[in-house]
Amino acid sequence: MTLIRSLVLAVVLAAAANAVAQERPYFVTYSHEMEEPGNLEIESFNVMGQPPGGSLFLGSTLEFEYGVKAWWTSEFYLDGQSTQNDSTIFTGFRWENRFRPLLSEHLINPVLYIEYENTSADKSLREIVGHDGVPDLLEPNGEARADVERELELKLILGTNRHGWNISENFIGEKNLEGEPWEFGYAWAVSRPLRLAASPRPCTFCLEKFQAGVEMYGGLGDTESLSLHNTSHYIGPTINWTAPANFTLSFSPQFGLNDYSVPHLYRFGISYEIDQFLSRLRKGQ
Amino acid sequence: MTHISTLTSGHRPRRALLAILALSLSAFAVANGAWLTKVPARDHDRQNPYRGQQDAINAGHLIFIDHCAQCHGQDALGTKKRPPLRSERVQQQATEGDLHWLLFNGNMKKGMPSWAKLPDQQIWQLVTYVKSLGVAGPPQNGETQR
Repeated sequence: MTLIRSLVLAVVLAAAANAVAQERPYFVTYSHEMEEPGNLEIESFNVMGQPPGGSLFLGSTLEFEYGVKAWWTSEFYLDGQSTQNDSTIFTGFRWENRFRPLLSEHLINPVLYIEYENTSADKSLREIVGHDGVPDLLEPNGEARADVERELELKLILGTNRHGWNISENFIGEKNLEGEPWEFGYAWAVSRPLRLAASPRPCTFCLEKFQAGVEMYGGLGDTESLSLHNTSHYIGPTINWTAPANFTLSFSPQFGLNDYSVPHLYRFGISYEIDQFLSRLRKGQ
Repeated sequence: MTHISTLTSGHRPRRALLAILALSLSAFAVANGAWLTKVPARDHDRQNPYRGQQDAINAGHLIFIDHCAQCHGQDALGTKKRPPLRSERVQQQATEGDLHWLLFNGNMKKGMPSWAKLPDQQIWQLVTYVKSLGVAGPPQNGETQR
């Protein structure tokens, strides 16, 4: 009974707090929207799946996204994964920066993305490039860990906001710094809040707090074989809820579109936004 | 020639000072609400579909608390680094269309993000709320920043 009361109290307190984050419900695709300057967003994105002939896995990413300027967002990622009948391991880190060259809204808004990553045995599937597919997910963790990938990743992010809809497209180029060819990939997504106008009264489950859409992504081969042969592709509906107390919860079931893809992926995420992080830190709040 | 070169070198510090002064003044002009001069006439004249509606003011207040109060203060009177929204510039000089344009595009060089991720309806609700606040007293901290 005490536990239930505590839970109810927690929900009521949370509902009384401000909701700030207004994130797009995307897991792979980046929109052109930057983190607000001074805000820190802590996010956990997870993907669960089972490749044919392989074991169930859970890939996780912990992300720290900071708005350096209104036109510059920086993000640091820690990756890990757990595979059934195998092991749970830390798989590496990434650091990316996004820059918005045009300082006002246009019909199509470009953002330049540059990332360095140092990972091995990664199963977070935060992007699909080249010939990524089922075979990569069948390798035992012990063997996969030996292959440390130090990669540079570039993205051109294009985004449009019109009539409540967001349309985002990403073109991805990834280069293993140890002499492998450039690999390419794509991602696109579209979403919209379920209601465009805000309610005049505070509410937790009103429709404008939910955003729904569709996301699709996949590989485009590499400089040695620029084709769709042996590439994986996924598509799925996606939804998020801007919860009270600066939390956002996201979910997306995604479906592999060919035999080279995992048949089903389940993605879920939670994020928490801290307004004016450094100011709070200085004030000791 | 000698006279001219002497004159030129003698005036160099003064010219440098004048250049610095001119640059400072232009920077001040940009910082001091210059965004208003960038608003296209079409946007300047846009009409707020929610003008004066109490529900829109209430909804706009909630959006303000969620997205704006962290920088502009709960009472919209500004904070140490960010300008008040109850200034004459925002309340009297800027039209509702101007404010909608600023929210949609941001003023990124000055730290104001674009709020184009909010649907148009919510931007207008926010404008309705801000305009309902009216002018409050003399300029506060940060008034000249943007």
